Amino acid sequence: MSEYILEMRNITKEFPGVKALDDVNFKVKTGEIHCLVGENGAGKSTLMKVLSGVHKYGSYSGDIIYNDEICKFMSTKDSEAKGIAIISQELALIPDLTIYENIFFGHEIMNPNGKTINWNQTIIEADKLLKKVRLDANCTIKVKELGTGKQQLVEIAKALSKNARVLILDEPTSSLNEDDSANLLQLLRDLQKEGVTSVMISHRLKEVVEIADTITVLRDGATICSMDATGQKVPESEIIKNMVGREIADIYPERKDVNIGDVALEIKDWSVFDLSLGRQILDKVSLNVRKGEVVGIAGLMGAGRTELALSIFGNPTGYKLLEGQVYIEGKPVNFRNPAEAMNAGLAYVTEDRARNGLILIQDVRFNTTISKLDKILEGIVINENEEIVQANKYKDAFNIKTPSIAQKVNNLSGGNKQKVSLAKCMFTDPKVLILDEPTRGIDVGAKHEIYSIMNELVKQGYSVIMISSELPEILGMSDRIYVMAEGTITGELSRSEASEERIMAMATKSEEVRN
Amino acid sequence: MTEKKKVGLFAELGGLLKTRVRDYAMFIALAIIFILFQVLTGGIFLSPRNLTNLINQTGYIAVMACAMTEILIICQIDLSVGYCSGFLGAITAILMVKAGLNMWITIPLILIFGIIAGLISGSIISFVGVPAFVTTLAFEFIYRGLLSLVTSETGSIPITIKEFNDISNGFVPDLGQIGGLWILPLLVGLIAVVLVIISEIKTRKNLQKYNFEVSSTAVFVLKLVFISAIIIAVAFVLASYCGISWTIVIVGVVVFIYNFIMSKTKLGRHIYGVGGNAEAAALAGIDVRKITLFVYASMGLMTALGGILFASRLQSASTTAGAGFELDAIASCYIGGTSTSGGIGKVTGSIIGALVIMSLTNGLNLMGVGIAYQYVIKGIIFIIAVAFDVLNRKNK
Repeated sequence: MSEYILEMRNITKEFPGVKALDDVNFKVKTGEIHCLVGENGAGKSTLMKVLSGVHKYGSYSGDIIYNDEICKFMSTKDSEAKGIAIISQELALIPDLTIYENIFFGHEIMNPNGKTINWNQTIIEADKLLKKVRLDANCTIKVKELGTGKQQLVEIAKALSKNARVLILDEPTSSLNEDDSANLLQLLRDLQKEGVTSVMISHRLKEVVEIADTITVLRDGATICSMDATGQKVPESEIIKNMVGREIADIYPERKDVNIGDVALEIKDWSVFDLSLGRQILDKVSLNVRKGEVVGIAGLMGAGRTELALSIFGNPTGYKLLEGQVYIEGKPVNFRNPAEAMNAGLAYVTEDRARNGLILIQDVRFNTTISKLDKILEGIVINENEEIVQANKYKDAFNIKTPSIAQKVNNLSGGNKQKVSLAKCMFTDPKVLILDEPTRGIDVGAKHEIYSIMNELVKQGYSVIMISSELPEILGMSDRIYVMAEGTITGELSRSEASEERIMAMATKSEEVRN
Repeated sequence: MTEKKKVGLFAELGGLLKTRVRDYAMFIALAIIFILFQVLTGGIFLSPRNLTNLINQTGYIAVMACAMTEILIICQIDLSVGYCSGFLGAITAILMVKAGLNMWITIPLILIFGIIAGLISGSIISFVGVPAFVTTLAFEFIYRGLLSLVTSETGSIPITIKEFNDISNGFVPDLGQIGGLWILPLLVGLIAVVLVIISEIKTRKNLQKYNFEVSSTAVFVLKLVFISAIIIAVAFVLASYCGISWTIVIVGVVVFIYNFIMSKTKLGRHIYGVGGNAEAAALAGIDVRKITLFVYASMGLMTALGGILFASRLQSASTTAGAGFELDAIASCYIGGTSTSGGIGKVTGSIIGALVIMSLTNGLNLMGVGIAYQYVIKGIIFIIAVAFDVLNRKNK
């Protein structure tokens, strides 16, 4: 047997319009803890999905070699049979079943007749596994009664019950508190002693440095480097440098006539609780944006940026607002719904156009005007001529490429869909625009157009808050940058102070670089 | 040259039929049913007497289908409209016949009851969050029980008030006859043709002005001729029997109002928005719960009207009135082009759908097919209509 239990060679995986993985090589030694790091969208999760058979053989090019054998996984069942188990970000447990039912779901322990389940043996085995993962819980309680940290342990127990030799953990600690995280890392070390190999994706560099034997950095779908960390501590700054080291291409149009005025929107001590998650998601967030200013909000996934935007914008998701106050042009405001927020001059463009941004089965015209039909009402009748004029105005202004405004939005490309989202938001005559991941999933050309539109808007005195996970975009567009992590603002940087390293350090709460 | 143009015309028609098969399917279905029954009944089906009858029979389903279209557009359902309309019809009869209440007081009262019924189920659905399917299924049972309760002592309640019975059986007083034909239907038909042509030309000009895609002039003229021919044919049929029935007037007004709301007002846009993507609608500042409530209230109103029309049609309130109306109303919408996944649908389509459903009932009755078989046939047609819609959308 070779030194490596697992090798992924020249893996290339394409999605329509995007190359998610480009000739990636990834090697894992037997019995090590291997950490995989990279920015959002670097391809970490995709790579792990290829490995575990979520993206089946044939949908990518390249080879997976496991125990000196080329593997062609058609589903996670195939990879599990070989001993590779993935624990994804979204836990795959069934909340209303008990712990022992969940652990042996899909590979039940049968009675000798082979037809019925041997529940007694199941419970005995489940108890053993819980001891192994050091979860102090009765295995007959329902999974939904456990916290996220303990559910994660159940997932690991489930993987072990299938005799997993390689555990893949996709951001296992992202939703855990410090204690649970420490507990989980210790468990990985214990399992390591029993010969279990772990591959862990993580955004928390502190724990990466602490636990990893090898650290592999992915960037833009390619392997940047693999660092040996056995017996030595790799400096966080080096990891960060490898994560971000990239030229800012000149896709960011130059800002001319920057004229920053009074504060347009201010948020003070904004704390929000999510009842469905059962935890606080925002803690005393304070920020402001001035007229004619682009303020970037950087951070990693799960930092609470979208939640911040939604809770300000009339709180349509029904979070519990604990404390804090929003001011528009110095006046305190309380929005009970998005309509009130829009009337006060706030607009929000969602991060997920298809899910909650646009009504895809309707046409460009319908989507442009839906947020403020009052503008084109004559009595109670919609003035369709005026509506056509208005929709065409935005179509021309934003250069929306469509045969006509009668085209169904679903038939447009991602970039043009995003421009319709912008048109829809501008039609409400806002003063402050919150753009959530404004260029996600669109090509470089369309990105450039969106940036130009943003520059034109601030030039006219609008204020823009841009939430983005892409650091170059944050740096290229923002006059000022807030960095968020775990529901709090961890830093504020001016355009001149900001660098990718500093932002990444704040977003990963790395103390070393910040100080 | 002319031949080349002709080929072009047929090619365009063929293309239209292919790409918009869903829009034309109901007309094709209607034509097939008409021809089939005309043959099977030996010419009775398309007689003026039977066609007038058919239109009057369609009235109660047609008004309910209008409101049901909105319900289905916002991705909800209402299974309670059947017995609710039966129950409200019975209350109508009791108030007028037993309590001696004036018909002009009774009718508004019943309509208000309908709105209240709709508001109750709508509130449970949108504020408590009980799924519409469960809520309205429960109410179907409740109204069924209530209907049995109020009719248990007397059985069917005959209604002897001529004015009331005229709603579904009487005709609008006419100006007179020329050569055995009533004048009013011909006049109305003529005005309708003129109005349709003017509005179609106006719409087309508007579309061209804003560079929208329009069909070729030949296809456009063909469409106008086709629509005009149908209107004139209907006008002649009505004129050669008894003229325009009150049912036509009532359905006409209801369809006009619903079509106006759905296509011209903010409310209509919001309904389509909620159906197309409720989450996006909420972020666009639409109060989804309020829209849901309104749509159920309107359904209640039309359920009450349907109940009144049916009681008037039968000239009595029967113990089983309303059974299966919900299926007829829902099927009308689906046949009429409302999407099974919500967001898309037209009131005018649902009216054609209602005509398809009632033509089936009427034709099968004429052929003497038993009610048991009719249920089976209708069920099969319902499944086919929905399957057709689902498959057609999947192909796109």
